[in-house]
Amino acid sequence: MATATAPKFADVKVGDELKPLVLPPISRHQLALYCGGSGDHNPIHVDLDFAKKFGFKDVFAHGMLSMAFLGRLVTSWVPQKQVRGLGTRFTSITWVGDVITVSGKVTGKREKDGETLVDLEIKCTNQNGQDTLQGNATVALN
Amino acid sequence: MELDKKLIGHEFDPFTATVEAGKIKLFCKAIGEEDPIYSDEAAAKAAGYRGITAPLTFLRALQADDPNKGGLLRLLNVDIGLILHGEQHFEYYAPVVVGDVVTCQEKVVDIYDKKGGALWFVVQEMEMKDQTGKLLAKGRGVTVVRNPDAAKK
Repeated sequence: MATATAPKFADVKVGDELKPLVLPPISRHQLALYCGGSGDHNPIHVDLDFAKKFGFKDVFAHGMLSMAFLGRLVTSWVPQKQVRGLGTRFTSITWVGDVITVSGKVTGKREKDGETLVDLEIKCTNQNGQDTLQGNATVALN
Repeated sequence: MELDKKLIGHEFDPFTATVEAGKIKLFCKAIGEEDPIYSDEAAAKAAGYRGITAPLTFLRALQADDPNKGGLLRLLNVDIGLILHGEQHFEYYAPVVVGDVVTCQEKVVDIYDKKGGALWFVVQEMEMKDQTGKLLAKGRGVTVVRNPDAAKK
């Protein structure tokens, strides 16, 4: 994907929606890659025996993997250097096989410390329509 | 199981992490990120960055370089199989690029429980500064601990 070209502050309206990002189903392979790539070696995400021992039916995705998807959505809209904040609550578990859609919309426009800022509500939703992450982002636009 | 609220205010030893291109490459493969600013120095510089850039949430991966990795679990005396990530927030002050030597300082800022002690919440804040002392980012995370005793009741 090419580097994003930022929209203009004046052109953005509250309620505007970002183009959603639909991801391939979460695979065990992806969880293994994220285990190595993130340095989060918690076995609960890659070792089925360990996950079952702690009461889970299967391994499940790292919350931070899904948060990385939130980041991808935001940086598909504006260049990363214009991102001022990214946050989320992890509201339900993302299982192997889940198909996650990342969506976002503009919730506010404001000025702070000489910058014009746009606030976004962003979330990950699974194939059943359940939100797995409910997050927000703030970006600076000219 | 009950967590000790006296641990509120505990500061972990700071550690430094060097941002490496190979780690960013594997991180990007795992998250499906293909923008060349995360892999190609020329492309990153052309886009206005100082070098190959760390993705927004890669900052959390810097914790893998903490020689005291897992320190929170040892501090709390909690098994890794009992924790979940409840929240994560970042404030960004400047992009982090390959070659940066980032000093990370983390502390526990709150501990509380819900559902009659069935779930415990540990709030940590982290500051990340570059080799010149300039603030790069602040992080705030909430770790959820499932109380194994509550499940037995």
